[in-house]
Order: sequence, then structure tokens, then C-alpha cells
Amino acid sequence: MNWQAVATIFNHEMARFWRTPWESLASPVVSTVLYFVVFGAAIGARIQDVEGVSYGAFIVPGLIMLTVLQQSLSNASFGIFFPKFVGTMYELLSAPVSFLEVVMGYVGAAALKSVIIAVVIYLTALFFVDIPIVHPFWALGFLVLTAFGFSLMGFLMGIWAKDWQQLQFIPLMVITPLVFLGGAFYSASMLPPFWEAVAHLNPVLYLVSGFRWAFFGLADVPVAASLAALAVFLGLGLAAVWAIFRTGWRLRP
Amino acid sequence: MSPIIEVQDLSKTYASGTVALSGVTLDIAEGEILALLGPNGAGKTTFISILCGLVTPSGGRALVGGHDIVRDYRAARALIGLVPQEIAVEPFERVMNTLRFSRGLFGKRPDDAHLEQVLRSLALWDKRDARLNELSGGMKRRVLIGKALSHGPRILFLDEPTAGVDVNLRREMWAVVRDLRASGVTIILTTHYLEEAEEMADRIGIIDKGRLLLLKETAKLMHEFGRKRLTLELAEPLAALPAGVAETMTGHMPTLSPDGLHVSFDYDTRADRSGIARLLAGFAAAGIAVRDLETEQSSLEEVFLHLVEQGG
Repeated sequence: MNWQAVATIFNHEMARFWRTPWESLASPVVSTVLYFVVFGAAIGARIQDVEGVSYGAFIVPGLIMLTVLQQSLSNASFGIFFPKFVGTMYELLSAPVSFLEVVMGYVGAAALKSVIIAVVIYLTALFFVDIPIVHPFWALGFLVLTAFGFSLMGFLMGIWAKDWQQLQFIPLMVITPLVFLGGAFYSASMLPPFWEAVAHLNPVLYLVSGFRWAFFGLADVPVAASLAALAVFLGLGLAAVWAIFRTGWRLRP
Repeated sequence: MSPIIEVQDLSKTYASGTVALSGVTLDIAEGEILALLGPNGAGKTTFISILCGLVTPSGGRALVGGHDIVRDYRAARALIGLVPQEIAVEPFERVMNTLRFSRGLFGKRPDDAHLEQVLRSLALWDKRDARLNELSGGMKRRVLIGKALSHGPRILFLDEPTAGVDVNLRREMWAVVRDLRASGVTIILTTHYLEEAEEMADRIGIIDKGRLLLLKETAKLMHEFGRKRLTLELAEPLAALPAGVAETMTGHMPTLSPDGLHVSFDYDTRADRSGIARLLAGFAAAGIAVRDLETEQSSLEEVFLHLVEQGG
């Protein structure tokens, strides 16, 4: 293993994160906080508690998840798309590094960025609402694994994308709708039976539900199902990375 | 000394069906400068890209420092530095940082003293904290060389190092390459600037349509394929070449310049008889005084065209 290279890529990516703190940290946090203010404080006061949890607190895990998914995808995809775009990809391809090491560097950094953002959002949310975490270990586990899984997907998107439009396509057209329909702002049990059944087809629901369970001990779907969904995400991502590793798809003609 | 690069029957056919390289075999000795010369699309960049790991070969094999470039890619690539044709840099990165990044990718521990030495040798030390997008094109190209040298490679690939740069910069780049060679680095460069290959390379390989047409020491190649032109400056202008001179010549004919003061004569350095003695004897017999004479070597471009025509 070329650990030096993994650390080099990882540090390089993290350096960009700290170099532009406004874009990388403040902007996702501010936009999430706006949700607290609008949904939690303004509207939330008029919405009744959800299964004993105040609405303002109820939406926090979902909002964190929403941000983690978006940030993981965009950070990881941008991280690997940028060298393709400016033409410095040759350096990664001609260095004595395996594809796995490249993935570890980029995906590891993207996942850590998301986790940092998530923690900052949680801490910020504490100013507005009281949010105890019932299962802190599980909360961290769900957070880290989700960040890692979606960073892996983001990395794959970055490899796949040939231009900026393609890079934006999946986060905007696929992930955002899935997150909004995945119970970030409500419990699936609040939906009419038909739509509740439809919501259960949405993979993001399982991630949000599992994460919320770690906070409040209440879940739309069994925790085991959430873990299974997470395992599927990770498994698909790893399988795709392995396939690229074998074939050099979109990287090495 | 065993070659540092051994290439056997290397070929590449892209998914589109384009045959970029077919059956290239060559050895490169440690410490030499090899120039690969050929028109655009000849396969030079594909050749370099395969050796450096950017492109997967379709057939054949290559060893770098005795390590197979596919099976033992880590050991092979660790010996190589690559300077790509396009100037590609991360625009907001700083010079020193980008060298640190390159060195780290090659698994080397941080060593700013070495990087300082590299930057100084490229006259970039003053710019170590500058952002890359603040640098001129020539400086960026030197940064790319610096990045390639950051891990102390034994082999340096320079893909069209002087493409699109002005004359001063080109000379500057040549000087950099000579210094590198003096430090023991093996250099493989591609170019379609013919005087560049002639000026710098110990050996020249000529590639066209994916085939290596020829690989020879530069001086030998110039000797064997070079034609020379002899120009005679006459004391008095002539209206026409004297009949006696033209009659005795076989092969190339001398030509008289419009002002009647210069006679030029192309001859083949490989021929048993160049015809020079006969030409001069002819002038002497006709009583024409020659004031001066000069010979001029043909350019590599002419050599190249000659070869490509022969090779079909």
C-alpha cells in the first residue's frame, strides 16, 4: 500500500475544504439553519408533536441527512472531476498508486467533510431546539457510513461525468427528490396508506429513518432494514469501484 | 550496461478501432536522450502514455528498470517522471504545494530541501508561493517539469516540451534538458520540431502511423540520410553554366542563381563519388574563378520526408 499517496490525496482535498471555509462549511450550515428557522421555529410551533417529539427537533436528523447526502455527493464528485476537468488526471494515473488508494484518499476526505458539516449543523441546531441523542454510537455509525457510501457514489459520478451538466444531474434530479420524499420533514406514517407504501420504495427513507431512530428511538422502518439499505449502498458503491478498477473505465483507454 | 527501458512489440488499438501503435520494439540506455520524431497522430504520445501508465497496451510488453509496466507497475512508475504535452495545472494551487503533492503521490516522504533544489534548478524558487494561475505559460511548463522531478525519477518523459513556445523559451527548455541529462536522468522526448531532435538527442526514433521507421544515433542518421548542398561563389557573374561542366555531371545537376554569381549543387554524402571533384575540375577547365565555397547539411525535416516517402 502506498499510504503516503493516500495521505497526500486526503490532505490535499481537506486543504481545499479549509481554504474555502465559507463555501465548504458556512454555506451548507447556513442553508440548513434556515430550515430550522422556517420549519422549526416559525411553522413548527403550529405543528403538533410527532410521536412525542417536537416538530422542530423531529426534522433535525432528516435535515442533517439531507445535507450529508448532498455534500458527500458533491464533494466527492467534484474532487475527482476537477483533475479530469483541468487535465491533471495524468498525475494520478502515472503515479505508483492503485485505484483503491485514489478512492481512499478522495472518498475518505469527502466523507470526513460531510461528517464535519453534520456535526456543525447539529451543534447549531442545539441553539434552536433541544435534541437529545438516544443512541449516540449508532447515530455516529449511521452518519459515517452514510457519508462514506454517498461519497463513494459521488466519486463514481465524478468519474462518469463528462461535463459540469452531468455532474449536477444526479444530485439535482435524483437525490434531492428522493431526500425530500424520504421523510426528512415528516414521518412516513403520517402519509395516506398508498403513499406510505410508495415511500417505502425510496431507499433514502431507510437512511433517514435509521438516523432518526438513533436520535429519538422512533423509526418508520425497522432499524435492521435501515442497516440493510446502508449495506446495499456501500456494496453497490464498492462493486462499481472494483469494476472501474478492473477495467479502467473512463480513466485509462 | 543493460537498457533502462526495454520495449518489445508494443501495440495499441483504441476502442474506436484506431491503431495508434503497432509492434514497436526498442531499447533505451540509461542516461541517453532519445527523441521520438513524427507528425501529429504518429503514435508518439500513445507510446509515452503506455510506458507511463495512462494507456493500457493492447499487445507486447515493456520493462522499465527491469519491471513490467503492467504487472509490476508500482516499481516501474516509481522510476518515471512525466511532463505532459498540455499545460495542465490546478489553477489555485501554489507552486511549492503542487510539487509536494506530486512527490507524495509517488509515495515519497516530504523533503522540502529536495524540492527547493528542483525549483532553483528551474529558476522557480522565487515563485514558490505564487498561485499557478498567476504564472506565464513558460513558467507553468517549468512547474510541470518540477512536478515530474519532485520524486527524483531516473527517467523523464517530455511530451512535446516546446510545443507552442517562443524561441527564447525553447532555448531555455533545451538548456534545462541538458542540465537534467548532466545529472544522469534518462530523457525521452517527443517533438515535431526537427531541429530540436537534432540539437538535443543522442538518438532519434522516427515514428509514423504507429510504426517505428528508424532508430539511429543522431550523427549517424544525419550522415546516412543527410544530403549536403555545396554553394560556390563565383568571382564573375555567368550567363549560363559552361557546357563542359554540365556534360561531365551525372545525377544531380548544379544550378546557377539568377544573379549568375552562385552555383549550388546537392550531393549525397553516402555516394561513393559525390561529384564535387568533377564539378570543381569542370570549373577549373572552363577557366572560371571560384571565390568561395560553403556546404550546408540538410535539415532533419528533409531526412524525415525522405524516410516517410520510402516507408510509404
